Amino acid sequence: MNSIRNFDHQHFAHCETGVMSALLKYSGLELSEPMVFGLSGTICFAYLPFLKMGNMPLVSYRMFPGHIVKKFPQRIGVEYFRKTYKDQDLAMAELDDFVEKGRLVGLQTSAYFTTYFPPEMRFQFNAHNIIIIGKEGDEYLVSDPVFDHIERIKTADLKKARFARGLSAPKGLVHYPLKSPDAVDLKKLIRKSIKKTVHMMLYAPLPWIGIKGINHLSRHILKLARKQNPKYTRHFLGNIVRMQEEIGTGGGGFRFMYAAFLQEAHSALDLPVLKEASEKMTEVGDQWRMLALECAKIVKNKEAKVELPQIAQFLRRCGDSEKQIYRMLKTVR
Amino acid sequence: MKIKEVPQDDIKTFKGFGTKAIYAVDENGQYTRIPTNGWEMEEVVLRDVVDDFAKLAEESKSRVTKGQTSPIEYYMNKYFMDLPALAAGMGLAKWRVKRHFSPGVFNKLNDKMLQRYADFFNIELAELYRFSKINS
Repeated sequence: MNSIRNFDHQHFAHCETGVMSALLKYSGLELSEPMVFGLSGTICFAYLPFLKMGNMPLVSYRMFPGHIVKKFPQRIGVEYFRKTYKDQDLAMAELDDFVEKGRLVGLQTSAYFTTYFPPEMRFQFNAHNIIIIGKEGDEYLVSDPVFDHIERIKTADLKKARFARGLSAPKGLVHYPLKSPDAVDLKKLIRKSIKKTVHMMLYAPLPWIGIKGINHLSRHILKLARKQNPKYTRHFLGNIVRMQEEIGTGGGGFRFMYAAFLQEAHSALDLPVLKEASEKMTEVGDQWRMLALECAKIVKNKEAKVELPQIAQFLRRCGDSEKQIYRMLKTVR
Repeated sequence: MKIKEVPQDDIKTFKGFGTKAIYAVDENGQYTRIPTNGWEMEEVVLRDVVDDFAKLAEESKSRVTKGQTSPIEYYMNKYFMDLPALAAGMGLAKWRVKRHFSPGVFNKLNDKMLQRYADFFNIELAELYRFSKINS
């Protein structure tokens, strides 16, 4: 059996931040998952009505997948190795090489071919992230950050998962940190990332991003009433909840994770405004959960009268509360 | 969300697959990561989608036996896909996949293309071309 020693599997809330946090820790730089999430500026809101997935418009609570692996290491000054492949056999052979040498690597995979997922959750989603920690016979040992124990996957399945086609195809991506600095200038990075997040959420020049996106979605929900298509309405609201609460969000559409980041930022910078913002962000997360509850009730009780204006109002209030937080965070510079 | 407010509804989807992690605050207001075995509400919305696909799959199954469509459409629905998703996953144009739904075209498909579908659906080749025999 080939397996990497002194690596402890950790259970994270989100796959990409989890993989990044675990890989960096192994290379000697300790950053928690919320820290990675916050510093990479991954929190977001996007409602893209023109981008359909499963006939539903895309609703997202974070930056597009792959954002962290692509941008984050460079931003904090970590030398990073990324490689994609055309030749599938070469990709698998090189992976075996890494395992043999005892190198810990992250892979991008497709959830559809990830055999250890619950069958109901194996949708066409190409940006799942895992860490390979060893190989035993024909099976790879996988540290999947969103699962609480070590998983196994067969070589043939892993190959398919690494070379799935479609939107954000992984193309066999393998990545790992080459050299980490002993420490990073956390204070500077926190200030910079908060500035970036605030700017995106408040001033993105597109109607679909940030607070504007939330209001856009809220207006769209009002329009659903005119369509008189209860099934579509149900799926539409269900879609919002799924994007917000399903595995890999840490609950409340990443808002709790961001609140945890703000809390850590507070202990690093000691600015009272960060503490207040963290508490407010927790409240916003709770508000999002309430919204999810209301939407899910509609999905569950198919005959009930649907109060769409109420849902829209609720959503708008989530947006308003978030707006206040980002306004507060503007003072951090 | 406080730790005691974290739902532990023991949902069906997660049974046997462990827990997932979520961020919540303890009594002192400190954030910690704690495991949860699911929230009933996420189960509700997931079931809604999954059940819909199951219904579609049943419908297409009976249409296959009547010779109105090909097994490809059945497996597409069975594995929670729509036409754009299947086409993208297979690396084919949508019109080609749609054409393969027609039993006449499907019966003439060569083994190489059938094998590609079988690999994608993770099934044996026989399950595709002997579908009617197996399922009737």
